[in-house]
Amino acid sequence: MLTKSQARVFFLAGTVFFSAIFILLTIDTLRQVPERQNSEALTASVVRGKHIWDSNNCMGCHTILGEGAYYAPELTRVVERRGAEWIRIFLRDPEAMYPGKRRMVRYGFDEEQITDVIAFLDWIGHVDTNGFPPAPDMAPDVKLTSTAEVQASAARPAYFDTVCIACHAVGGRGGNVGPALDGVAHRMTASELDRWLADPQSVKPGTAMPKLGLADDTRAELVAWLGTLK
Amino acid sequence: MKYRSQRVAYLFFATSMLLFVLQIVFGFILGFAHMGYDGLHDLIPFNAARSSHLNLLVFWLLSGFMGAAYYIVPEEAERELVSEKLAVLQWAALVVVGVTAIIGFQFGWWEGRKFLEIPRPLDYLVVVDVLLFLYVVGRTALGAERFTTTGSVLLVGLTAAALLYLPGMITFESQVLDSYFRWWVVHLWVEGVWELIMGGILSFLLIKLTGVDRELIEKWLYVIVGFTFLSGILGTGHHYYYIGTPEYWLLVGGVFSALEPLAFLGMAMYAVTMARRGGMHHENRIALFWTVGCGVMSFVGAGFLGFAHTLPQVNLWTHGTIITAMHGHMAFWGAYAMLVLAMISYAMPNMTGRKRFKGSLPEWAFWTSNVGMMGMTGAFAVAGIAQVYMERRIGMDFLAVQEAVEVHFGGVVLAACLLTLGVVLFVWNFIQYGLPSDEAIERA
Repeated sequence: MLTKSQARVFFLAGTVFFSAIFILLTIDTLRQVPERQNSEALTASVVRGKHIWDSNNCMGCHTILGEGAYYAPELTRVVERRGAEWIRIFLRDPEAMYPGKRRMVRYGFDEEQITDVIAFLDWIGHVDTNGFPPAPDMAPDVKLTSTAEVQASAARPAYFDTVCIACHAVGGRGGNVGPALDGVAHRMTASELDRWLADPQSVKPGTAMPKLGLADDTRAELVAWLGTLK
Repeated sequence: MKYRSQRVAYLFFATSMLLFVLQIVFGFILGFAHMGYDGLHDLIPFNAARSSHLNLLVFWLLSGFMGAAYYIVPEEAERELVSEKLAVLQWAALVVVGVTAIIGFQFGWWEGRKFLEIPRPLDYLVVVDVLLFLYVVGRTALGAERFTTTGSVLLVGLTAAALLYLPGMITFESQVLDSYFRWWVVHLWVEGVWELIMGGILSFLLIKLTGVDRELIEKWLYVIVGFTFLSGILGTGHHYYYIGTPEYWLLVGGVFSALEPLAFLGMAMYAVTMARRGGMHHENRIALFWTVGCGVMSFVGAGFLGFAHTLPQVNLWTHGTIITAMHGHMAFWGAYAMLVLAMISYAMPNMTGRKRFKGSLPEWAFWTSNVGMMGMTGAFAVAGIAQVYMERRIGMDFLAVQEAVEVHFGGVVLAACLLTLGVVLFVWNFIQYGLPSDEAIERA
């Protein structure tokens, strides 16, 4: 039968042995991390972005690398998912993008700070995370709510796919915060669309549609394309 | 109690009670926000409430551990604490740091690193405070003519916990390394050295409450804490699956995490077997309830639910979802909250001389709080599983899924009401005991 001193030896020897292995694995991990995290891409802007991330306790709501709180979206691949432009508009006024939904604190970051946050998130997005977060594996099994073909004759502007689609759906794909835009050309003329995109509040005071501050040519491109949705 | 200076434990236990109640208040803010009622958003945004909820937990548990140590060490060393005044000073400093931290959080004074949100200047104060604590209990133990295994395991656990706080104070430019060493603190605390503290306190309680031979209890204590480190140290690997660290952690973390329930199963069998062997004859039956309950619930929450969540194939989908909250609540409750409540239930009648453990109040506190926590865990599980399938596997929008699971947070909040009722009854019982009294000192 096991004696107390044998039990003590089991405890001490096990602790020393497994601690030693843990230290060795840590040394090897520290050797491999620079390549896995693209250390050369870890710029001053990324470090500033991390500081903004930490000092505002973003982890208190979001997860990053799957760590944090579960109140707001996982952000490891957010730059790939949303695009830098979308994140920039969102951070200028988080509540404007999802009116009436779960709220994020308005931090009032300036443009430079937003650039740093995006740099940090972009860097995180390129870390080798052994496949996390995984792509949804059951998605192909689920039928879309609408399979209507997109009635568009011109190629969709990239801006639509990175920003507008977060709230508006076309052909059953996209968000449901704002109305679906199928057939929008029947409802609004080109000049109405142009005025709407330039300053939504002047057309419909109190609307949840954010003022996007679009460049003239981007706005013209969007109006032209939306005009084809009949 | 046998030694006058043991009474200093009361200050720590009272602090634990107060902070525990505050922790629950912040928990309700979080629960309501998840239900869609974020009315306090402008005053106490989610991240402030969340940091307060987590750090109040850490504070009240540490305060409970320190109180337990001040109570246990004199008995195991058979002498008074070397200085009761220093112990009181150390308590005051702990309260100052804790209160400053929690108030600071409301004004955005924090580091934003989960569980270690306390800003750096306060970290140094924590270090000074813990050194003072270790000095008082350490000197008491080292200067004694005898010191037991139970006491040694407890003190080694407390000292290692203090040392492991340091890696959390290193500054990193890389989020990957920041995270890597943050787990040295958080994981090696709760699934490592805190289990030594837990083993030491459980061992003390079982010796006192069951009357089983000390040699036998302490032998198994070594076996259990042996299993803790055998599995728990490399089990840290389950935090290193998906944060940018090498792929072999999937294997190492997976295998050793699967062994981690063994240590908790050991704790459960230890408590149940010793209680049966000694018979349930001790007059303070409710302290034995909490002691055995701690062993069993730590196995369910930390052992079993932890195992279910840390298999790499499962964790790929559940990592960073409400499933983590499900496991976390039951694990902290079973292993550490119930441990501190067991210690308080045992020590209070001895310190005050009042036998308030009889009657229905303490038993209602035990059952309602435990049933409430089980209900919360169930509701978290439903919300978490729904989230994993809808968001992670089907690819639905995050907010759409959150709206779909709001109803389950209604379940969390309802069950939390039951838990709260139990905790309020416990605290009321604590208040009824009154203050420690010199008349309670046993004359040898």
